[in-house]
Amino acid sequence: MSSNKVIHAIYNDDDVLMDAVHKTRAAHHHIEEVFTPFPVHGLDKAMGIAPTRLAICAFIYGCIGLSVATTMMNYIMIQDWPQDIGGKPSFAYYQNMPAFIPVMFEMTVFFAAHLMVITFYMRSKLWPFKQAENPDVRTTDDHFLMEVSVNDNEAELVKFFEATGAVEVKVIDKH
Amino acid sequence: MYTFSSKLKTFSFVLMLVGVLGIGYGFLTAPKSIQDVETILASESHGHEGGHNAHAVEKHDAKADAEHKEHVEHVFHQLQNKPWAALYVACIFFMLIALGALAFYAIQQVSQAGWSPVLFRVMQGVTSYLLPGSIIFFIILVLSGLHFNHLFVWMADGVTTKGSANYDHMIAGKSGYLNFPFWIIRAAVFIAGWNLYRHLSRKNCLAQDDASDNSFYKKNFKMSAAFLVFFIVSESIMSWDWIMSFDPHWFSTLFGWYVFASFFVSGITVIQLVTIYLKSKGYLEVVNSSHIHDLSKFMFGISVFWTYLWFSQFMLIWYSNIPEEVTYFKTRIDMYPITFWGAFVMNFILPILLLINTDFKRIFWIIVMAGIIILFGHYVDFFNMIMPATVGDQWFIGVPEIASVLFFLGLFIFVVFTALTKAPLVPKRNPFIEESKHFHY
Repeated sequence: MSSNKVIHAIYNDDDVLMDAVHKTRAAHHHIEEVFTPFPVHGLDKAMGIAPTRLAICAFIYGCIGLSVATTMMNYIMIQDWPQDIGGKPSFAYYQNMPAFIPVMFEMTVFFAAHLMVITFYMRSKLWPFKQAENPDVRTTDDHFLMEVSVNDNEAELVKFFEATGAVEVKVIDKH
Repeated sequence: MYTFSSKLKTFSFVLMLVGVLGIGYGFLTAPKSIQDVETILASESHGHEGGHNAHAVEKHDAKADAEHKEHVEHVFHQLQNKPWAALYVACIFFMLIALGALAFYAIQQVSQAGWSPVLFRVMQGVTSYLLPGSIIFFIILVLSGLHFNHLFVWMADGVTTKGSANYDHMIAGKSGYLNFPFWIIRAAVFIAGWNLYRHLSRKNCLAQDDASDNSFYKKNFKMSAAFLVFFIVSESIMSWDWIMSFDPHWFSTLFGWYVFASFFVSGITVIQLVTIYLKSKGYLEVVNSSHIHDLSKFMFGISVFWTYLWFSQFMLIWYSNIPEEVTYFKTRIDMYPITFWGAFVMNFILPILLLINTDFKRIFWIIVMAGIIILFGHYVDFFNMIMPATVGDQWFIGVPEIASVLFFLGLFIFVVFTALTKAPLVPKRNPFIEESKHFHY
């Protein structure tokens, strides 16, 4: 099937790459993926990728952390065994609250940070022993690669990408 | 060039006029004598069934009489302080806003920030209030020293003389630092230093516009670095002199930082509000939503920083609960529960919820709302610092307090927007001006 075929257009400059991405989008070719050795500012916008919702996740995780800390300390210090420790008022949570704030703060940050990082790993499918999905070793060093799907228009696409300043255009059969 | 809209000018004059009338009313209605206070207390106690008066009548012995007399005198001083304290809080608040903006401006110069040079003239406009504001403030300080009011307990007659009825051992021990001549000289030096920097920095910035090289810019850079060193020392001492010395029996080490965070965030907020106003009137084409976004981040971040210091000061004292320190918070939580906790809500909870979202940091009406909450909250913060030691449980946010704020607000608007008309709103030859114009976040 022809749909298994992709074009690998390789560039050696991020400005040329950005230009090519704009042109490809304008010509309505579907960009499967772009591989770069470093973050290229504005690339996500040029490709039309939806903004990340990771920050919203972090906010929710922080709220969870705050609830965990509050529930835990309220149970331990106020409900379960309300001892008099150095004269601290353990009759109600709010009365001893200043002493709990440091823990509440740290738990909020801990949950927000760690759960967000784990979310990132899961969403980007990143873990130890994961098989690297690198189409060309040079893309981790100094080359940029744009992958575009081919739909019976191979010759046209190759010509198109050669005109965008690619240093190399390859047609790959994907399995 | 900006032209002061006649509407805004009229508005500022109306504010000042209403303010002056209200301040005058506050001074006229303050009790003149002990007898006035007796009638006030008597009319108050009628409300709650006997109370104080009936108690005094029943036990008509000498001791109760003396206690009653002392109480009345105490209330008399508090009520007399009320219009003065209201004036003092509003005056120092607006002066410190200008100072906070000046510190922010100096930091922008020294850090060679690439985003902010398009806002330098706005910042200079806001800091222009420093001169008139600090002059009025200095006059109030001198009047306090000349015993026109009882704002500062340590200035009272006989406090440091052994054998006097007013003698206070603790204050006498601190009189090497807390004495009027030394205190007023410190005030003069600080105010002069800040105004000198503000004046020269503005002059150099304007000179840089027509210069052929960057020498004025470099001068400003060095001067700003020196100013920041002077500022942090003077700011710390200023907070002891002008705020902490209202409670001369109490001290706190991080107080200077706490006061700094309070007026620093207010200064940044005012820069933001003035920028948004000018932008909405079409005077600042080069300012884009990224500049606004950056200022919003500062409003957000420094609000959290204020809370950190507020809580650190409170929690350390609450936790160890040493009587000589804890009275400071005891009186505030008992007598000022609404303003004490209200300041925390307005300065932390509302800003953090309003400004945590990236998109919200660019939406004008949300920023303006957050800014008004922050400014109101920090006024209340200064109110909390100053009122308990000057008027105690006789506090109320009534005519004298509101009128003082309106007067200084009117003056602030008038001075700031007049200063903005004096020079083009965007510097011409600042080395970072091109980067700043194209700043994008």
